[in-house]
Amino acid sequence: MMNVLLFAGLKEKIGNNRVTLPVEETITAGELRNLIYEKFPQVAGDVFQIACNESFVKETHLISTADEVALVPPVSGG
Amino acid sequence: MKQYEITEEPLDITKYHSYTINGSQGAVCMFTGHVREWTKGTRTVHLDYEAYKPMAEKKLAEIGEEISERWPGVITTIAHRTGKLEISDIAVVIVTSAPHRADSYRANEYAIERIKEVVPIWKKEIWEDGEEWIGDPRQYHSSLEENE
Repeated sequence: MMNVLLFAGLKEKIGNNRVTLPVEETITAGELRNLIYEKFPQVAGDVFQIACNESFVKETHLISTADEVALVPPVSGG
Repeated sequence: MKQYEITEEPLDITKYHSYTINGSQGAVCMFTGHVREWTKGTRTVHLDYEAYKPMAEKKLAEIGEEISERWPGVITTIAHRTGKLEISDIAVVIVTSAPHRADSYRANEYAIERIKEVVPIWKKEIWEDGEEWIGDPRQYHSSLEENE
C-alpha cells in the first residue's frame, strides 16, 4: 500500500489529508497520477506536481511504498 | 528560531533581522509580505495558509543556497506563517544581508520570486461571499521544468 499526502484544494476535494492506494512495491509518478485521477474523479485533470521524499520528481520517477509521497498543487505562498 | 522556518506563530521580525547581522555585513534588506484586504475589487476577510512543512522548510533552505551561489557573502533567513491570518498580518519575512547594499536588494527580490514558484505553501482567500485556494498553473509548470 502507498500513503499519499494531500494539501489545499486536493485535500478538500478528496476529503482527507492523505489517501492509501493499492500499490505493490513501486509505481512511476505518472502512473500514480493516473491512479489518483481514476480513483478520485473529482480531481481528474487537476494540476499538481508529485513530491517524493520532499523533492519534486518527473513523471518517469519510480516511487516505492517506503517513500514519503505528496501531491503538490500550484503553490501560492508569499 | 530557525534560519528557514514555517510557523503558526506571529512572526517576530526583529529576531530574523538580527540573525543576519555580523561584522562583515554592511547592508540588511528586510521584506515583509502582508495580508491585503483588497485584490482587484474583491474584499478579503482573512487568509488561511497551509504548508507541507518539512518540504517547505527544505525548499526555503535551497533558495538560501541558490542565493549564496549567486551572491556570495549574502546571509539569508526566511520565515513563513501558516494558519489563519488577518488583514495586515505578516505572512512572510525575508531578510538578506550583504557586505554592500546592491546584493542584499537583489537577493531579497530573488527569494520572494522563488518562494512563489517552488515552495509548497498555499493560500486560501476567504471573502464575504465565498472562498478559494489560490494557485497559478503557470508557476507549476515553471517549477516542473527545473527537474528536467
